[in-house]
Amino acid sequence: MMNLAEIAFFAAGAVAVIATILAITRTIAVHALLYLIVSLLAVAVALYTMGAPLVAALEVIIYAGAIVVLFVFAVMMLNLGAQDREMERQWLAGRAWIGPVILSALLLVEVIYLIVRTPVSATMSSIAAPKQIGLALYGPYLLGVELASMLLLGAIVGARHLGQASRREARQ
Amino acid sequence: MTAIPMADGLILGGILFALGLAGLLLRRNLLLILVSIEIMLNGAGVAFVAAGSRWGQPDGQVMFLFILAAAAAEVSVGLALLLTYYHRRQTLDADSVNEMRG
Repeated sequence: MMNLAEIAFFAAGAVAVIATILAITRTIAVHALLYLIVSLLAVAVALYTMGAPLVAALEVIIYAGAIVVLFVFAVMMLNLGAQDREMERQWLAGRAWIGPVILSALLLVEVIYLIVRTPVSATMSSIAAPKQIGLALYGPYLLGVELASMLLLGAIVGARHLGQASRREARQ
Repeated sequence: MTAIPMADGLILGGILFALGLAGLLLRRNLLLILVSIEIMLNGAGVAFVAAGSRWGQPDGQVMFLFILAAAAAEVSVGLALLLTYYHRRQTLDADSVNEMRG
């Protein structure tokens, strides 16, 4: 007998897997991004049922809200047309996808076998409260937080530099 | 409320990671390659949260936050590079990047 949380977890997981498969096989970039948003929202539900409400909210706000919006802005600036769609279809046609799919399916089967074979019947029954996470972030993980802030600062400077370089080139 | 086996959470993370890997190997569009990397990072994050909530420790979720920060940094620089490259060559074909000099 499955309880409600388990049903929600499996439904969200199924939606996430299907949406991800659709996202990586679309020929139109915007369609892929919309399926990616569905996948991220489904993963957020799965995270919530796993007892991580703060991370579920951040998944929606930062992944689906900020990162995918960045992708959408990039697609808007690219001006992809029917020609690119046709080229994309040619790249995906044929037998090119068989090798990657077989290789990653083999790896996945190995991982699932190793997880299932381990005789631990542990459940994810405990919820780590957001307060605990905040205390951990500013306690033992303070150095990690500082490093993440420096990484983000470096990313901002790098993105700005690259944007300026392309603008300088366009002017010439 | 929650009584989901930890193995299921880890398997969900593993499936997402494998799908991202398949997409990474399969696509030749640079934009979709970045999307596949996002999917792989997301799968790794799900596995971290699953393992963290097994023991009721916040560490798994803290790791998810670090993965989030790394993904955001990677996407911003990756998309800036992609736009620069597209302005230069008018294509997103990953195979044509080997002609880039300087």
